[in-house]
Amino acid sequence: MTDAVYKGGDAPRAAARRDIGIKKRYAAEQRFRMYGIIAIAIGIFFLAALLWSVVSNGYTAFWQSSINLDVTFAENVIDPDNERATDPNALLTANYPKLATDALVAKLGVDPENRKLVREVGGLISNGVRTQLRDMVVADPSIIGTTRNVWVLASGDVDSAVKGQVNLEVDESRRKVSDQQLEWMRTMEADGVLEQRFNSGLFTRGASSRPETAGMGVAIVGSIYMMLIVLVLALPIGVAASIYLEEFAPQNKLTDLIEVNINNLAAVPSIVFGLLGLAVFINFMHLPRSASLVGGLVLTLMTLPTIIIATRAALRAVPPSIRSAALGLGASRTQTVFHHVLPLAAPGILTGTIIGLAQALGETAPLLLIGMVAFVADYPTTPLDPATALPVQIYMWANEAERAFVERTSGAIIVLLLFLAVMNITAIILRRRVERRW
Amino acid sequence: MAWGLLLTIIVFIGVVGYVLGSARAKKQSASVAEKPHSRAHYHGWWVFLLAVLPTLLFMAAWSAGSYAYVDRAISERMPEQTADSAIASRSLALGMVRNLATGLRRIEGDPAFAEVPKSFEALRPVLAERGVALASDTQDYMIPIALDLNAMQDNAALIGTVIAILLSLGGAFLGLRSVRPRGRARNNVERIITWGLLAASTIAILTTVGIVFSMLFETIHFFRSVSLSNFFFGTVWDPRFAAAGAEAQEGQFGLIPLLAGTVYIAFVAMLFAVPVGLMAAIYMAEYASKRVRSVVKPLLEVLAGIPTIVYGFFALVTVGPFLRDMSAAIAGGPGFIQAQSVLTAGLVMGIMLIPFVSSLSDDIITAVPRAMRDGSLGLGATRSETIKRVILPAALPGIVGALLLTASRAIGETMIVVLAAGVAANLTLNPFEAMTTITVKIVNQLTGDLEFTSPQTLVAFALGMTLFVLTLGMNVFALYIVRKYREQYE
Repeated sequence: MTDAVYKGGDAPRAAARRDIGIKKRYAAEQRFRMYGIIAIAIGIFFLAALLWSVVSNGYTAFWQSSINLDVTFAENVIDPDNERATDPNALLTANYPKLATDALVAKLGVDPENRKLVREVGGLISNGVRTQLRDMVVADPSIIGTTRNVWVLASGDVDSAVKGQVNLEVDESRRKVSDQQLEWMRTMEADGVLEQRFNSGLFTRGASSRPETAGMGVAIVGSIYMMLIVLVLALPIGVAASIYLEEFAPQNKLTDLIEVNINNLAAVPSIVFGLLGLAVFINFMHLPRSASLVGGLVLTLMTLPTIIIATRAALRAVPPSIRSAALGLGASRTQTVFHHVLPLAAPGILTGTIIGLAQALGETAPLLLIGMVAFVADYPTTPLDPATALPVQIYMWANEAERAFVERTSGAIIVLLLFLAVMNITAIILRRRVERRW
Repeated sequence: MAWGLLLTIIVFIGVVGYVLGSARAKKQSASVAEKPHSRAHYHGWWVFLLAVLPTLLFMAAWSAGSYAYVDRAISERMPEQTADSAIASRSLALGMVRNLATGLRRIEGDPAFAEVPKSFEALRPVLAERGVALASDTQDYMIPIALDLNAMQDNAALIGTVIAILLSLGGAFLGLRSVRPRGRARNNVERIITWGLLAASTIAILTTVGIVFSMLFETIHFFRSVSLSNFFFGTVWDPRFAAAGAEAQEGQFGLIPLLAGTVYIAFVAMLFAVPVGLMAAIYMAEYASKRVRSVVKPLLEVLAGIPTIVYGFFALVTVGPFLRDMSAAIAGGPGFIQAQSVLTAGLVMGIMLIPFVSSLSDDIITAVPRAMRDGSLGLGATRSETIKRVILPAALPGIVGALLLTASRAIGETMIVVLAAGVAANLTLNPFEAMTTITVKIVNQLTGDLEFTSPQTLVAFALGMTLFVLTLGMNVFALYIVRKYREQYE
């Protein structure tokens, strides 16, 4: 559609062209094109803003301020009345935070008699130190009376201050970290006592009301259980259903009904599946609440339509000549499908399954209804134990008020998105490499 | 535990049957001159199926039946419920007995408790130590009933186990006897496989039926205590959780403010997503070079792959505060946009919907036949004129269908609105204020501890039913339009 362009010359002599509004139409054309570019730019801009918002809030969650202490496991603090031989609870209930505070008091050279200062020193250390030191002592009671070098977590407020997430310009009374504590922080940082260390607790710990000791270990385990259940149930059922519909189903009312149902289920809001799970699996079948088994079942029902639709597409892509050849050589219909068509469709089925699993992994709403919003501190050992899931953990952290939880939430989102990215990229690679084009 | 063992035994019988069956078939085919109908492993499989399948069906029926039987026997033994009884309902009392029975299992065989404590007071700490918490108003008379319940269950399990094993052995025996060179084992096995495939595909129907019935029952339950007009025409949402023991207050269950919020937020989302998504689809289908397309399309599809909880968090932490601060800067005082508002939720939901609109419309636009495009261009129309005058009108029904599908997704969306729209059930036209949606209220009413008797809980099912009917109607209509449209050009 190129127009001959008038090159100038003796312009007045040229025949006047009839004005058919070409200029205007071309301008409209340009404008229209611009709208398209703007629309795409808006989409990409928001994608970038979203990712940037998550990453900039969350990358610090993978590091955590820790304090290096020479903790003396003093017997007169842990077991003053020397009853640990008789009372098994003596070691469990001892005042472990005091050990850490004492060690830090000694390190900072604070007067141990000044109770106000000692309390402020104690505020630098996370309360999680209680379980940390307790586990050390319970595992090996012979360390009582010795001095060990340990890294303990700094408290959440100190961590936020170190990472610069708290505005330190405001008046002392209006922030959680006092001037004195700030001064100690700076000296400790200068001495290398206070350090940013990799936050492995984020991946191993369970729920906690204190941000510095909160982790998504339980949520990851719960999510893995659910993904396994979805894989074990949805893949065979989905493939079986697709095979029936593609290869065996006669043209009748029942088949039509199944088809319509699958298409509709794919578009039913996910929260409705949560209601179904609550009413059927928990209220009617009396399965335990908060269990990853129930979550897995609900997600299975949700994922089935996705897997069925993908599998049917993969089966349809296998050319009819393969079937005719097998049938012609005397194979039965079942043999044709299971020995010839299914293996050829397998890569496509696998791709669809991975995409379905990725969808299930990110799903939150139905899990809220079946009680996965639970404070679970211990690892579930079976799918029947209370557990939570990665996206639900994100939801729970997003509702926490403390600044340090925003960081954790974003960190958890980064982990979730990485999981999803790995799954989707695997699916794409499979599609490119293995899938056969006929 | 016992079931697991029984299952293992039965599968074991089946496997032995498989081995024996195929060996027998092989031997026969070697000794007999005539050509066998099925290959040896089909005979093996047939024996396996005969040994395992009927037994599994029996086990399922037996466990359901014995549960119901024990239940009935127990309720007959319970004393009459009186009006002043401490325990509110019969089902609650039954639940207590069942709980007690599970607890008593834990001390079975413990020599310290050869004599089961006769009173609840004595039993409670013992069971609590073993991890079974009893309800505080469990009665003493329930203890012998619970013991009987355990005994009955043991009996039922024992009888069931014996019958199951006999059935399995019988099946295997029958199967083995039927191994003959002309036996049609392959056809039998294949018929079973086909039935299995059919069963798998009916799960879709079962799920729909399950959704409809579970919600219908609870909804009917709900409307027994709350009037239809209160729910459908009420303009006040105030369910008021009645404190235990307090005078039960009837709450207000007005659907209107929730429905208004749902529709309003979805409308704002569509207002944002439709122009952007549609223009992006048009550009990619009609203008973009192959290279641009191969980069931009996956990028936009990434938006569709991000879980909605992430969008919710984005709205909560970034978009909401940004809009609030921006409005504060414009107004020069407190901002007129609240951090949780219709605008925030709608905008973020709109971002989520862009890829849906664009990929659905992309499919539909590329489905418009080449000839129509070429005809228009050949007559001298510019590309944008072709799109506006020829392609879009031709694709219109399909696009309307796509938009309906998108709108139904917007209405059913949960996590974004839970985090970004607020919980106050306002009835307002101001998009800068918070409104709430049906999905938010379903989540609110059903998280935390709940019992299935109060209208405060059951209302969630009525809301779910409304949502389901609403989205189902839109989906069916949309799929109908899309299919109709597709037929037009095929």
